[in-house]
Amino acid sequence: MELVVFVLASAMMLVGALGVITRSNPVHAALSLILTLFGVAVHFVALEAYFLAAVQIIVYAGAIVVLFLFVIMLLGVDKAEDLATEPLVAQRWLAGIAGLGLLGLLVVAVSRGVEVLRPRGNGLDTAAQGADGDANIQQLAQSVFGDYVVAFELTSVLLVVAVVGTVMLARRRMAGEA
Amino acid sequence: MDIAGDFLPPTIEWFALSPYIALVAGALILLLGSLTPQWPRGWYGLVSATSAGVAGVLSVLQFANLADELPRTLVKGALAHDRFGLLALIAICVAVVFTSMTTVDADTSDSLEHFALLLTAALGAAIMVTANDLVVSFLGIETLSLSLYVLAASDRRRSASQEAGLKYFILGGFASAFLLYGIALVYGTTGQTSISGIGSTLAGEVSVPRNDAMLLAGVALLLVGFGFKVSLVPFHSWTPDVYHGAPTHVTGFMASLGKVAAIVALVRLFVVAFPTRADDWRPAVFALAVLTLLVGSVLAIVQRDVKRMLAYSSISHAGFMMVGLEAAGRIGSSSASDGVSSALVYVVLYSVLAVGSFAAVSVVSQHASDVTSTSEGQSTTSLDAFNGVAKTNPVFALGFTVLLLAQAGVPLTSGFVAKFGVIRAAVSTESYVLAVLAMVSAVIAAYLYLRIMVSMWLSVPASGEATSALAPKLSLPLRVTLVSAVAITLVLGVLPTWLLDVSDSLALFAR
Repeated sequence: MELVVFVLASAMMLVGALGVITRSNPVHAALSLILTLFGVAVHFVALEAYFLAAVQIIVYAGAIVVLFLFVIMLLGVDKAEDLATEPLVAQRWLAGIAGLGLLGLLVVAVSRGVEVLRPRGNGLDTAAQGADGDANIQQLAQSVFGDYVVAFELTSVLLVVAVVGTVMLARRRMAGEA
Repeated sequence: MDIAGDFLPPTIEWFALSPYIALVAGALILLLGSLTPQWPRGWYGLVSATSAGVAGVLSVLQFANLADELPRTLVKGALAHDRFGLLALIAICVAVVFTSMTTVDADTSDSLEHFALLLTAALGAAIMVTANDLVVSFLGIETLSLSLYVLAASDRRRSASQEAGLKYFILGGFASAFLLYGIALVYGTTGQTSISGIGSTLAGEVSVPRNDAMLLAGVALLLVGFGFKVSLVPFHSWTPDVYHGAPTHVTGFMASLGKVAAIVALVRLFVVAFPTRADDWRPAVFALAVLTLLVGSVLAIVQRDVKRMLAYSSISHAGFMMVGLEAAGRIGSSSASDGVSSALVYVVLYSVLAVGSFAAVSVVSQHASDVTSTSEGQSTTSLDAFNGVAKTNPVFALGFTVLLLAQAGVPLTSGFVAKFGVIRAAVSTESYVLAVLAMVSAVIAAYLYLRIMVSMWLSVPASGEATSALAPKLSLPLRVTLVSAVAITLVLGVLPTWLLDVSDSLALFAR
C-alpha cells in the first residue's frame, strides 16, 4: 500500500514537473505545477505530516499558483512564444549526453547507497503523540521557532530581498531622473 | 493541555549576533525611506556605509574577544562563532563600506533599493561564512545571490546590464539546484544537516563503508554548486559576461563578496564536515585548481577589455584559493591547517584589491564616457580608455598601479603575502606540482597587469583632446575608498606580522 502511494505520488510530481518545462502555453505550465505540488502534499500525508500537507495545498497549490495565473493574465503572455534559437547545434546533443550520464551516475549512487543509510533526525514523532490532533503543529513549531529559528528568520530576509528586487527592476524610470 | 511547557527556546547570544542585526537594521532603515520623500543625495550611501561599519566594528570586537574564548556555535548550532568566519565577516563589512562610497558617486544608482540590496547581500555573505548548518548556508547563498542578480541588472540604460542579470540569474539558479541536490544526498546518508554534526558522525564510524557512493555523489554535487559560485574553471563561463555587463561598482562588489562568501563556506564545509573523505575530494579539488589557474590566467591576457581582463584574473585568483584548500585536504600532514588559513587570508586580501581595482576602473570608464560621446555598444572600459591616464592624473594612476601590482603578487604588497601563503602551504604539504603551477600562472597573469600599466604610463591617449583639464574627476568618497584600499594593500604587504600572528587561530573551527 505504502509503495503504491509513493509510486503514484512520485509519478504525479514528475509528470507535473516535466509539464512545467515542456508546455509552451504558460497557463498549462502553471496548471502542471499544481500537479507537482499536489504530489508533494500526498507524500506529506504518507509521512503522517497532515498539517504540512494541508498547508501545502492551501498555500502553494491554492494561493501561489493562483498568483502565477493572475500575473500571466495581467501581463497577457497567454500565447505560446517561439523561443527556438539554435546557435550551436552540437550543444544540445552534448548536453543530452552529459545529462543522461549524470542521471545514470546519480541513480547508481542512490540505489547502492541505500545500504549505508545512517539514522536520521526524529522528524515528526507522530507515534509518541498518538491521538493528539495538535501534535503535528506543536512539533512543527518546535522546529521552526527552536531548532531552525535562524533559518526561519533568514527566510524572511530572503523574501524582503525578492520584493525589493522586483520593485527595483519593475519600476518605471521617473520623469525627473536622468 | 500544557501548551507552552514543552517549548525549549534556544539560547540566543545577542552580542554575538549583533553584526548580522546591524546589517539587517541598516537595510530596514533604508526601506523605511520609501515612505518619506527622497532623501538628500548621498544619505542612502551614508546609512548603508554606517551600518556596515558598525557591523564591522562589532565583528572586530568579537574577533578580539575570541583570543580568550573558545570557538562555539550559536543558536542551536546554526551559526559558528570562530575567528575563521569573523575575519571573513570583517572583510565583507569593509567591502560594503567601500562599495557604498563608490556607489554614491555613480549617478545611475542613488536609489534606496540599491543600497538596501548591498546590505542584504552582505547579510547573505555573512551568514554563508559563519553558517554551521547546510540549510542556513543555503539560505545565505540564496540571499546573497538574489541580491547580486538584481544589482547586476540595476543599470537600466545599458542592455548589457540587463543581459548580465538574466544570465547570472538563470545559471545561478541552475547551480543552486546542484547544491540543493548535494545537500539532500548528504542529509540522506548522514541523517543531519549540521556541518559539524556531519563531521562528527562520519568521524565516529568504525570503518569507512565499502559502498560510500551516495555520500560521495552528494559531496561532488556540493563541489559543483560551490564551484559555480566561486567561478572555478569548468563552471566559470558566466563570469566574464556578468562581470563585464554589470555596472562597474557592482562588479567589484560581486567579485569581493561572492568570492569571500563562497570560498569560506566551501573550505568550512569540506574541512569540518568531510575531513574523513579528504582522500576522495582532494583529487577533484586538485584538478579544479590546475584548470582554474591555467585557463584563468591564459584567457585573461588575450582580452581587450579591462573589465573582462579583471574577470578572468579573478578566476585565476580563485585557483590560488583552491591551492590552499588542496593543502588543507592533506589531513595527515601537520601543515594542513596552514592551507585553511592561507586560503582565508588570500580571499580576504583579494576582496580589498577587487573593490579597489574595480573602483579605479569605474573612474576611468566614467571619464571615457564623459569625454567621448560613446554610442550604445561601444565599451568605455576597453584598454584604449586607459591610454595616458598617468599623464592627466599621475596620483590616481599610481594608486591603481599599486593595486595591480598587488594582484600580480609583487613583494611589499598584500598580494605577495597572499600568494606566498598558499604556495608555502602547498610546498609544506608536499604538493609540489600545484605549487609550481601556481607560480607559473602567477607569471602568466603578471603580463596582464603589466599591459594595463603600460597602457596607463607609456601609451599616448588615442584622441589628442584629453588634456589635463579633462583629467578624471574623483569625488571625495571615491578618493577615500581608493586611498584606503591602497593603504590596506601596502600596510599589510610591508607589515604582515599581524596577519601571520593570528593565522594559527584562524584554523580553529567552532564545532
